[in-house]
Amino acid sequence: MLTFECPCCGAHADETELHAGGEAHIKRFGPGASDDDFEGYLFTRENPKGVHFERWRHVNGCGKWFHAARCTMTMEVFGTYPAQTFQPPKDLLDKITEKRPGWSWRDLS
Amino acid sequence: MSDPVLPLGSASFDGLVEVREIGPQGMITLRGDLSAPEVIAAVTDLAGLEMPGLRGANTAGDTGLLWMSPDELLLLVPYRQAPAAVDRLTAALDGQHVLIVNVSDMRALFQLRGTQLRDVLAKLAPVDFAPEALPAGELRRTRFAQVAAGVWLLDDTTARVFCFRSVAGYMFSLLSTVADPDSQVGFHVK
Ligand SMILES: [Zn+2]
Repeated sequence: MLTFECPCCGAHADETELHAGGEAHIKRFGPGASDDDFEGYLFTRENPKGVHFERWRHVNGCGKWFHAARCTMTMEVFGTYPAQTFQPPKDLLDKITEKRPGWSWRDLS
Repeated sequence: MSDPVLPLGSASFDGLVEVREIGPQGMITLRGDLSAPEVIAAVTDLAGLEMPGLRGANTAGDTGLLWMSPDELLLLVPYRQAPAAVDRLTAALDGQHVLIVNVSDMRALFQLRGTQLRDVLAKLAPVDFAPEALPAGELRRTRFAQVAAGVWLLDDTTARVFCFRSVAGYMFSLLSTVADPDSQVGFHVK
């Protein structure tokens, strides 16, 4: 069972109380962007075995969106953090490095 | 003013706990910045209760302040006073970025009472109902089986559950089923 601590209301929310929102930190490029940028925004997704960053919504709870980092292989949750950010917080990245030395995900490592 | 009609006409069931539909309960949703001094002053002045913190449920009788999310507060007021309370809040928060709506008639409210309370609730929601995890006076929004619900404990043997009016029948069936006298669990209470 996957359980996240919602950073908005602090509740320990089981997967069935949440709605999965897909990969985190997808950037939509502005006007004048190339076809490649738009294709990446629409279609290109990571499918890692290991560290992954995702968006989740506490739908049967406080209703807020948040971010989560977890391991897709072991279901270990590294942490959750607010939705209002472009990248994971430094202390979370350090924690992941401690647990999964040498990990990488897109341009993070 | 027309007479309020409860969704299930005061349905009740006696089992591991006593399940009773209660109300009508005045409920007002307030959306806005819950840390704004003007908002805190307006709602605490209206309710005569302290501002609840994270997931807090400060209630006294049919008056209360429930922390629903970082920008949502549910005010409980006596049913007949809800329209006037909305007017009073709206006036008090004139110029503030808030939304205040009387939602009394779109909700159903149940009271559960009995020593088996935590075991009964635990059958329905993916929530830790141990006394340390959900003490009295803390609101937990979750799902009960397939519908959204809010629950808080008034004390160790009394809880209130609210849901949308449209699923009141489903909720009452759920609560009655898990309170079946032959389905005692004995986990939280031996
Ligand atoms: Zn939440």
